[in-house]
Amino acid sequence: MSNESEINYNSKVEGNIVLTTLEASINWMRQNSLWPMPMGLACCAIELMAAASSRFDISRFGAEVMRFSPRQSDLLIVAGTVTYKMALATKRIYDQMPDPKWVIAMGACASTGGMYRSYAVLQGIDNLIPVDVYISGCPPRPEALLEGLMQLQKKISKEKSLSTLKQEVAA
Amino acid sequence: MADLTALNESFTARFPSKIQIRPLFRGETTWVVERAELLQVLTALKEQGFDLLIDLSTVDNFGDEPRFEIVYELCQLSSNQNLRVKSFISEDDNSVSSVTSIWATANWHEREAYDMMGILFEGHPDLRRILMWEGYPFHPLKKDFPLEGKATEMPDIAFSRPAPLEGGPFVTAPSDHVIEREPRARPTELI
Repeated sequence: MSNESEINYNSKVEGNIVLTTLEASINWMRQNSLWPMPMGLACCAIELMAAASSRFDISRFGAEVMRFSPRQSDLLIVAGTVTYKMALATKRIYDQMPDPKWVIAMGACASTGGMYRSYAVLQGIDNLIPVDVYISGCPPRPEALLEGLMQLQKKISKEKSLSTLKQEVAA
Repeated sequence: MADLTALNESFTARFPSKIQIRPLFRGETTWVVERAELLQVLTALKEQGFDLLIDLSTVDNFGDEPRFEIVYELCQLSSNQNLRVKSFISEDDNSVSSVTSIWATANWHEREAYDMMGILFEGHPDLRRILMWEGYPFHPLKKDFPLEGKATEMPDIAFSRPAPLEGGPFVTAPSDHVIEREPRARPTELI
């Protein structure tokens, strides 16, 4: 008989087997391997790079693979001021990402236009694409970006991914 | 300083009554040149040795008769002499000769002046907008253009919407007489 633990099995007999639900495991896989597409438009990109460097290490969260190709990434991090001139290009990049995809608006400019209430700046990237996590700061510290990433991971863990997949298969 | 006095004299001799020399201010010399002579004066200055165009900028004196001022900051690198050359341009006749043939750096500066103020440059090899997108209908840095912008739509290229100023821009209050010259924070009478 195995000792009383959460998972009631004897590892010597059954090996390392974990029982879980399909949805939980899909969400776990997705949240821990988010490949970002860094849309580094302005100063927040420097903090994004700092978060990817060794001191703050975004690769602890599975996100070191910063694919600059939208077709190979699943997280769009909009880091920096989105001007109207760049806005539609950002939307085009978002459209090219395959599902499932998430968006982090990093910094004040990407969230709401920041200090730039002017003729040239889009007042928040959420006027164009759906944003999952807003990170405030000008620029946000790398730790703030990592906290935002962790919040996104929590959000993904609660997603009903299986029902979405089933709908896609049925359709 | 002695150098520039000689320069001032030789140039006022060559272009009588076309160059006005402003009084020396904090060690900086400014010339005001009439628009028709501008290209000649600048070419002559380049031959004289002013081989660096540091900046080409424009000023909008909204409400004054020659509305725009175009300012060339020149530098003679060999002797570290700076010179500012200005010219006044009215709104109805707002085209100036391009100095791209004299200093190649003027290319982008003139594109910016065209984009932001609407000043046209004759002889410019590639006069199109540089900061805003092509097809944007306004010239945003003119004083009668509101800070929050106006709505425009160019499908597939760009769009713009007026930004919510919420009573801003929130700047520290300047002294009283400066408030009249900043019409952007208040709705202008023209629109």
